[in-house]
Amino acid sequence: MILGEVLGALVASTRYQGLEGRIFLVVQPQEADGKAIGDAVVAVDTVHAGPGDRVYIVLSREAALALEPWFVPVDHTIVGFVDSVDLEESG
Amino acid sequence: MVLGKVMGTVVSTIKHIDYFGHKLYVIQPLNAECSPVGDTFLACDTVQSGVGDTVLVMREGNGVRQILKKEICCIRSLVVGVVDEVDAHPSRRSEPTP
Repeated sequence: MILGEVLGALVASTRYQGLEGRIFLVVQPQEADGKAIGDAVVAVDTVHAGPGDRVYIVLSREAALALEPWFVPVDHTIVGFVDSVDLEESG
Repeated sequence: MVLGKVMGTVVSTIKHIDYFGHKLYVIQPLNAECSPVGDTFLACDTVQSGVGDTVLVMREGNGVRQILKKEICCIRSLVVGVVDEVDAHPSRRSEPTP
């Protein structure tokens, strides 16, 4: 699981079966301090996040297991909102 | 499994039902000399570890499902041990065979 920030939505009118009705969002993976890690990814939303929201995403097979039905071709899923990240004081 | 350091906690109220009841930590992966290596990630806790602890983290979903005794669970990283000491010195590394 990694932290990320939602950059925006993605529209795909033609989808593989099982992905109908799913919301796709573009998410930039981040470090705990907000620094970007690598390139943005497209993740399926389960918590109704929107642009600017800080979220965490789960990758690979567990991304599909977060959905119902779970046997779907998905490898990134948003599974929670981040209210805050409390880092150790000493850094 | 990887060595890691618990850097802090993630506060999250709206989340997937599989994450209910689990503490979520920011983990910095460490190498055998316990220095930071790679990008931070998130992991759920099962061993009552705390911020600042050096921990053992499983980053694989099937093992997580075995520990949590769930057939379907979307948690991928789990803290499974608190490390007291790592007795691995770089000089013990065997030279690569040609």
